[in-house]
Amino acid sequence: MIANLPEISMTQTTAGPDIATGRLPDDAYAENFSDLHPLLDPHEALVEADRCYFCYDAPCMQACPTSIDIPQFIRQISTGNPTGSAKTIFEQNILGGMCARVCPTETLCEEVCVREVAEGKPVKIGELQRYATDHYMGEHGASPFTRGAPTGKKVAVVGAGPAGLSCAHRLAVHGHDVTLFDAREKAGGLNEYGIASYKSVDEFAAREVDFILSIGGIELKTGMRVGANLDLAELRAGFDAVFLGIGLGSVNALGIDGEDKSGSLDAVDYIADLRQADDLSTLPVGRRIVVIGGGMTAVDIAVQTKLLGAEDVTIAYRRGQDRMNASDYEQHLAQTSGVRIMTWMQPKALVAQNGAVTSIELERTREQNGSLTGTGETVTLPADMVFKAVGQTLVQADLGGALSLEKGRIVVDADRKTSLADVWAGGDCVLGGEDLTVAAVEDGKIAAESINAALSA
Amino acid sequence: MADLRTEFIGIKSPNPFWLASAPPTDKEYNVVRAFKAGWGGVVWKTLGEDPPVVNVNGPRYGAIHGKDRQLIGLNNIELITDRPLEVNLREIKQVKRDWPDRALVVSLMVPCEEQSWIDILRKVEDTGADGVELNFGCPHGMSERGMGSAVGQVPEYIEMVTRWVKQHSRMPCIVKLTPNITDVRKPAQAAHAGGADAVSLINTINSITGVDLDMMSPSPTVDGKGAHGGYCGPAVKPIALNMVAEIARDPVTRGLPISGIGGVTTWRDAAEFMALGAGTVQVCTAAMTYGFKVVQDMIDGLGDWMDEKGHTSVDQFTGAAVPNVTDWQYLNLNYIAKAKIDQDLCIKCGRCHIACEDTSHQAITSMVDGARKFEVIDEECVGCNLCVNVCPVENCITLEPMAAGSIDPRTKRPVEKDYANWTTHPNNPMAVKEAAE
Repeated sequence: MIANLPEISMTQTTAGPDIATGRLPDDAYAENFSDLHPLLDPHEALVEADRCYFCYDAPCMQACPTSIDIPQFIRQISTGNPTGSAKTIFEQNILGGMCARVCPTETLCEEVCVREVAEGKPVKIGELQRYATDHYMGEHGASPFTRGAPTGKKVAVVGAGPAGLSCAHRLAVHGHDVTLFDAREKAGGLNEYGIASYKSVDEFAAREVDFILSIGGIELKTGMRVGANLDLAELRAGFDAVFLGIGLGSVNALGIDGEDKSGSLDAVDYIADLRQADDLSTLPVGRRIVVIGGGMTAVDIAVQTKLLGAEDVTIAYRRGQDRMNASDYEQHLAQTSGVRIMTWMQPKALVAQNGAVTSIELERTREQNGSLTGTGETVTLPADMVFKAVGQTLVQADLGGALSLEKGRIVVDADRKTSLADVWAGGDCVLGGEDLTVAAVEDGKIAAESINAALSA
Repeated sequence: MADLRTEFIGIKSPNPFWLASAPPTDKEYNVVRAFKAGWGGVVWKTLGEDPPVVNVNGPRYGAIHGKDRQLIGLNNIELITDRPLEVNLREIKQVKRDWPDRALVVSLMVPCEEQSWIDILRKVEDTGADGVELNFGCPHGMSERGMGSAVGQVPEYIEMVTRWVKQHSRMPCIVKLTPNITDVRKPAQAAHAGGADAVSLINTINSITGVDLDMMSPSPTVDGKGAHGGYCGPAVKPIALNMVAEIARDPVTRGLPISGIGGVTTWRDAAEFMALGAGTVQVCTAAMTYGFKVVQDMIDGLGDWMDEKGHTSVDQFTGAAVPNVTDWQYLNLNYIAKAKIDQDLCIKCGRCHIACEDTSHQAITSMVDGARKFEVIDEECVGCNLCVNVCPVENCITLEPMAAGSIDPRTKRPVEKDYANWTTHPNNPMAVKEAAE
């Protein structure tokens, strides 16, 4: 449940914060949270596929963290072979369906598409990938791969997010017995609990998990959390290899006054509740929202609270808009959804009345000799809810001090091997990653190949 | 504005754009709509003897599509008009009376018996039509009955029937040729020998558009079976252009008026046919794809182009490209060109590289100094033009001729300034001393 939530009042009072459920007419929720990019119809897909030049040594393929053979899968769509197209995608990325929905393609494959360079209109690679993968999952349901002949080796994969799922699937292809642990009730990690709901409608994350597990040889155990009812040392003793794809379990704090008051919330928690809500109209949302941060999570929470009926949503970011981690596309999405982005603003204090946040004091910032400083000038915005979206951190204690860490993340080599010979890691919890779904998938894939090589030696 | 008026074998029309004998010209209703849209003339859909033929009641057309379902080739198994002869004749007479300034030619196909031709010619003459076109081209259905391309494939029959028509009628006579032959000059020569005033070409090409892989039947499929049909549309234009050029430059038929047919879709297509000697063009697939309105830009576009080029009438450029159509053996072997890639226009798709690397002369780089860059390697480039053709960006790759006296990096030999062709080449066992052209 959402932490620090004040008593819900359905009637607006001057004294307390204005937080309410059911701000919208009943039918508005389905419309607001419908698919951001609806599936291309077959003719649209063919026309779009025909725009691909089938480049030699294609830049898009090089830009894809999982090296999907993009010209090939697009050509397969254009030849009327969407099944083959999907296989081409899944061969490199078994979470190709989710990546098609959530990848910031405008900074990856589509950014370097020669049509983007030539005319500013890249081939819609992401939407075509979704067309192919949705076709496959709709027609066939099960993974196109078969489990390899059993090797008798046992691997523990901790975390059933994109990295863990990718790793588990590839290990199953090689015939290893995988036990896939996850702390939450459902597998999927951020795909299930984190990403904005209009990017993954109709329980797609859960269906993709089923699709991946259909290969067989993967036993899913939920409600198992490393550091709680799961111990790294015991896992190492009980399995031939361990993969950690545990993500970042904790949220960064702002470190300002009033952070403990009700109405001061972690964006990721609220999004998780939103993703799991059966009825969005039961989710309380403030009339005035301020989001602190500049990344994808900041945009996701801002847009979704706006879609839930918040009247006035502001993202406050401490640097210029060009420095925001949210892509241009995401920033544009926020702004066209009616979210205001205020830049060069850092949080100074949360103002509360009767224990509940009523406004936030922001201080203007500027860059001086490369470092950020406050100017002393402040602005106060009324706020019923303030969301923190300033990054997440690894809960180091969970790992029991056994692994080499740096900057709060697990150190891995090119094969995603940690400082322990039998432990690999990938996804958001490792150092040097891009914190993208697609990067996590690649980590899992590389680690699985490395684990397989080690276990086959 | 340039004058587009055309006089073709004595038949006047306000522009050279005629609708070919086909479904768009099967009845008064369509032809009147075409004239209202601006078409200069029509060749009425082929008349035959009564009782009229029947058509299949399933699909008559099949198509080849390009990107975004752009129709690039159309195939048909429709026969000649299936309406009673008297109805057609009555409508032809009415249309000619109502539209005296437009060309109205009537296409004919009757059995190879003199009396059959005498009978139908009299009836057509009564309508006041401007001329007749003999359909010796239709490749399906009618050919199985000894008509259409069955006649067009035998030069002796062409000459015989043409002679009957000229003998028994005062009307100008166009002989429509089939491309389903080995050498189009032979039937053209036969038409000429029989006294034809003009030839028109090409009729449709024998074809199967595709195979339905579920039914295992050619398409279009009529109750599980398919028959070859006649192929037309933009895809056949290059074949038609060559056949028109062959007749235009043949010593026997040189100067014989030609009505060009085959994939004419734009004013530019028309201008190309006319440059190769066609006095008028006939259009069908473009109208069947887009409707009659397409003629408006054909008229505007041709007129604008003529203005730009300083042509005041169509005869000023008709046939202008014919002298430049030659045989391979007379092409200048001392002409040396190299591909050049404009790096500002290049979008780095690499298609030129892979086409050259895999299938040609390994003359285009993919990397230069560690960066993705496509440059022509002059030492390897034979100037084949493949890269120009596969490049998706217009004018990005061009073939640049080398100046006489410069050294060709491929052969290390100087570029000769004089013309020299295969007829004098030392590798030619049949070489002569002086180059002929």
